[in-house]
Amino acid sequence: MSKLIHMAEAVAKITDGMTIMVGGFMGCGNAHHLVQAIIDAGRTDLTLIANDAAMPGYGIAKLVEQRRLRKLITSHVGLNPQVGIQMNAGDLEVELVPQGTLVERIRSGGAGLGGVLTPTGLGTPVADGKSVVTVEGRDYLLEKPLRADVALVNGYRVDPFGNVWYRGDARNFNPVMATAADLVIVEADHLVELGDIPPEDVVTPGVFVDYIVAGGDLQ
Amino acid sequence: MTTTLDRTTLKEFIARRVARELRDGDFVNLGIGLPTLVPQFLPADVHVTLQAEVGMVGAGSCPEVDPDPRYVVDAGGKPASIRLGGAFIDSVTSFTLIRGGHVDATVLGALQVDAAGNLANWIIPGRMVPGMGGAMDLVVGAKRVIVAMEHTQRGEPKILPTCTLPLTAVHCVDLIVTEMGVIQVGPDGLELLEINPELTVADVQAATAAPLAVSPSLVAMV
Repeated sequence: MSKLIHMAEAVAKITDGMTIMVGGFMGCGNAHHLVQAIIDAGRTDLTLIANDAAMPGYGIAKLVEQRRLRKLITSHVGLNPQVGIQMNAGDLEVELVPQGTLVERIRSGGAGLGGVLTPTGLGTPVADGKSVVTVEGRDYLLEKPLRADVALVNGYRVDPFGNVWYRGDARNFNPVMATAADLVIVEADHLVELGDIPPEDVVTPGVFVDYIVAGGDLQ
Repeated sequence: MTTTLDRTTLKEFIARRVARELRDGDFVNLGIGLPTLVPQFLPADVHVTLQAEVGMVGAGSCPEVDPDPRYVVDAGGKPASIRLGGAFIDSVTSFTLIRGGHVDATVLGALQVDAAGNLANWIIPGRMVPGMGGAMDLVVGAKRVIVAMEHTQRGEPKILPTCTLPLTAVHCVDLIVTEMGVIQVGPDGLELLEINPELTVADVQAATAAPLAVSPSLVAMV
């Protein structure tokens, strides 16, 4: 059974107001075609969980530029000036999370954990309102798990079962996000046959994946 | 007085000095901007492995490994490359390396550093809110934190008794390298270890809002 569906079917599974996770780092590893299709379909009022807001005109930056976001949970927005403009105008809520904390919150969400204890952020504004837990004499912040309604993952080679192999550092947040959403859609740069990805080289096993869309070459 | 170095020369002067802090075999994360100049000044017999938050061990020049800039970027999102023998890793592993004490040194810039080794480099409320990215994890997790920066910002001291901007982390900075000198952060405050030979101790202190102790073995910074 193939999990491959048409782009329009994938977009129909995403509705206004949902929380979505999108893998990628400054646009590298974004599910570019899915993001564009969501925009074209008029989806809005979304909460986006992503490492950053990418760069103008590229990848998930377009979700900000087209004002499709209500909230952004992210570690860095410095290369996308639109975020600051909308944030200062009160149009976009932004929760800044240290990158290593963001990844562990997502991992917790996908791994059935109640959160993670990290020394990162102690003594900074990140600690505001959070519990401090002392373990063996050292203080840690309790950071709670993050999950999404939908995760949009970008893989370079994807087989019909949804096994994924990533190219270069487009991998980044994609594998962990594939574990932490109710619905996981993988955009495949290249669709391959079962067995084309040796089992040893599968990074995200297909059991995490609900649907696959064909992305094709990036623009 | 200040140094006679122009901006470019000044940054290279700082980067050259920082390069001498790195040891052969070190696993190092470099922040954006000035710190990226450091590798070109490493002696020929010092080889370091560079970590990039985005998910690289062994970042560096070997473009033939993957020449497609859409799939290999650096921490600033710019096209990058990985060395032969390098590894692409996911973000969980990348921050396991960073937070877990596996990185020997990180070199990064600062908006402010204070006498207790507190660092502020991620936000100027109301003016600049880029986010912290991986910086908070890096300075908490790296074995050695080296701040490489210009000594002042438009003539105003950046090395203060106490940071006034929101912190990146507390008690995290080990060494400050600027165009004016090299300053070690210790339990009793800041100690000037090396000084730009163009300057006097009084010059450096005048540009530094925090009190500086002067090392009994103060030497010229070269």
